[in-house]
Amino acid sequence: MQRIITINIKRYDPETEEVSIAAYKVETEQDATILDILNFLNEHKNAAISYRFSCRMSICGSCGAMVNGRPTLMCSTFIRDLPDDVTVEPMRNFPVVRDLVVDTDNAMDKMRDALPYTSFVSKKSKKPLKQTPEQLKKLKQTSQCIKCMLCYSACPVYAVDDEFIGPAATATAYRYDQDNHDDLKEERMDSLTSKDGVWKCSFVGECSDVCPKNVDPALAIQKMKIMGVLHTTKKLIKPSKSKT
Amino acid sequence: MEIIQEHDVLIVGGGAAGLRAAIAAAEKNPLLSIAVISKVYPTRSHTVSAEGGIAAALDKGDTINSHAKDTIKGSDYLADQDAVEFFVKRAKEEVLLLEQWGCPWSRKEDGGIAVRAFGGMSKKRTIFAADKTGFFMLHNLFERTFAHENIHRYDEWFVTKLLTDKQGATGVVAIDQKEGELVAVSAKAVIMCTGGAGKMYLNTTNGAIKTGDGIALAYNEGAILKDMEFMQFHPTALPKTGILITEAARGEGGYLYNAKGERFLERYVPNKMELGPRDLISRAINTEYKEGRGFKGPYGNYVHLDIRHLGEEKINQKLPQIRELAKDFMNVDPVHKPIPVTPTQHYTMGGIHTNLKGETNIPGLYSAGEAACVSINGANRLGSNSLAECLVFGAEAGIAAANYCRRIKHRNPSRKKLSDEKKRIESILTNKGKENPYKIRESMQKVMDQYAAIVRTDKDLTKGITKIRDLKKQFKKIGLHQSNMVFNSQLINTLELEAMLTLAETLLISAKTRKESRGAHFRSDYPDRNDEKFLHHITITKGARTPKTATLPVPITKWQPEVRKY
Repeated sequence: MQRIITINIKRYDPETEEVSIAAYKVETEQDATILDILNFLNEHKNAAISYRFSCRMSICGSCGAMVNGRPTLMCSTFIRDLPDDVTVEPMRNFPVVRDLVVDTDNAMDKMRDALPYTSFVSKKSKKPLKQTPEQLKKLKQTSQCIKCMLCYSACPVYAVDDEFIGPAATATAYRYDQDNHDDLKEERMDSLTSKDGVWKCSFVGECSDVCPKNVDPALAIQKMKIMGVLHTTKKLIKPSKSKT
Repeated sequence: MEIIQEHDVLIVGGGAAGLRAAIAAAEKNPLLSIAVISKVYPTRSHTVSAEGGIAAALDKGDTINSHAKDTIKGSDYLADQDAVEFFVKRAKEEVLLLEQWGCPWSRKEDGGIAVRAFGGMSKKRTIFAADKTGFFMLHNLFERTFAHENIHRYDEWFVTKLLTDKQGATGVVAIDQKEGELVAVSAKAVIMCTGGAGKMYLNTTNGAIKTGDGIALAYNEGAILKDMEFMQFHPTALPKTGILITEAARGEGGYLYNAKGERFLERYVPNKMELGPRDLISRAINTEYKEGRGFKGPYGNYVHLDIRHLGEEKINQKLPQIRELAKDFMNVDPVHKPIPVTPTQHYTMGGIHTNLKGETNIPGLYSAGEAACVSINGANRLGSNSLAECLVFGAEAGIAAANYCRRIKHRNPSRKKLSDEKKRIESILTNKGKENPYKIRESMQKVMDQYAAIVRTDKDLTKGITKIRDLKKQFKKIGLHQSNMVFNSQLINTLELEAMLTLAETLLISAKTRKESRGAHFRSDYPDRNDEKFLHHITITKGARTPKTATLPVPITKWQPEVRKY
């Protein structure tokens, strides 16, 4: 089924520093996505709009934007679910580089603080390790994070304090903590319970609402807080080796 | 132009091969400075879309000999058998290494690594992580890079030129997209891990970034390309969008039906049925279309992939992403209805010619992954061998490059080359021509879909070459409408187009040269395999005016070519 919609795209020109809204009337199919429409405008209408995209199947995490005020992946936001008037803006809480491209480096770099690995060294082993389906289940949900950064765009704490470790990095930390092959629990917990760590979360849960992969980072943060309390208490009684 | 010159090993591309190379080099020598330069943030790399799994003979009762034999038969005897023997042995080690790093492989009840059936494999040997294997591997590798302080990243830098001198590679020129600047990065060794060139076709499972940049960069500096005529078409992608429906859907027991309700593969691969190799199944579907037994839809012919009999629980557990994608993009819930699918370009078998260490004919230039051609895939890659290839040869290239760096001294790139490259990019940016790069791109994709797809003829390939050369002429008259280099999508897409036009021509010429049918390269004017004349690789290099072809022998160790029947 064809429909005519108006798509309003917020643009930013880094050369002139000018912000503007470009409005296009587009005839489109109900099953088209916002990404399809942007590609059409660039390829056939010389719109020259800058945005990131690649896989068009909501797994690469490139194409985050605000569509009618909500952080979402443009490749899996369908016209059939939208009104006739659509506004596309860059993801909130990040500096805009050009049009819909934002600078997410600050949030991305927080992955480093999550210590997202099982050990510092690789051991050569010829024998497979064991991990039962139950053990795998513990990290199933949080391992689905595609690092699209929509959660940072939705986070009211990150909006005012970009030192906060934030949702995706904490979910990733939780994912490795739950892995039965993990050797770095204490070190990771030190990092997560530092001053910019999980304590800053006010548990509004916006991050989980917008997550396209149902990672539920808000829940991961709450679990990390509980583990953090135990970790900190334990350290008060008996300082850990890594700190001595 | 600013020159950053702090690196020993510079890896172009941040997918599975590139990241594995970076980790291998960093582990080999923690004192080296390693850099990964990628046109996208590494987790956006197309490895992320790989679904079904990674092959390794790990299961009880499986042997590397059997894995090698299947791979060689699958390749229609064009794989280098010494390379395959090395590969199957190393694949097992790599899967276990990633297990240690926390890659969440799906499990058996007893905690062992689960395996599933895949096309052309005589045993269940495809290790998987649900139906998002590439996604889990890529993120695991990416996260692992944070454990190494000597791995530096240049995210969203687009490489425009590979720098070489008489002694070999010296670095690259790249656009730092965020700053909008052209920068030279010098290095002792460069590893190209930039993936394949699927976007030269309109109908492809590949993401938008799969434009073959690195293959073209290497070719332009004199690297030998190999097996460029072999392009894999995956039998089951969604019509219109080209979104991949993994072979694992058949591995787990799915059936293919034509419009008459027949499991038509009985006529083509009776012993393997849905688990036949991709080249034969794609061609079978194509024949069904030609003979009028395809379903007709708004986006052309299709067949049905039916997984209903697997039941909702198994589908949710083993194929959750497939269900999601079919619902979102086809309005079909595979629990209740068959999925419409059609053969679609999927994988570039050819690429930069390398040996087992990832070395190319240019000293200091290495390559691995889909961009490279070792070759373990020959004329047809078996599904789930490519993720393993990325790990094995990514690691080998990383180690070889790290060793090479100890032997040689740093050399500065020539100033003249840098200023020439700056002029070239500026002229593309400011050219006031009338041609639109997106129109040229679409024309190229249509040419490739029409003349260089599943069935080929001399006449079609000749036409294709003429058309691509015309498009190359048009390319010289393009004009862009976006100024400066800050995330200039028109500029990047134009440079990508230039790479694809170069590679399209090499593909068509190689395909025209191979006057036989082998694996994914089917010539209706030469329908049989001809071992006497063509049991060799065709290589192609840049010539003064047109590309030059030559041949390379195929090392045969244990498995003499036989009639390939399934």
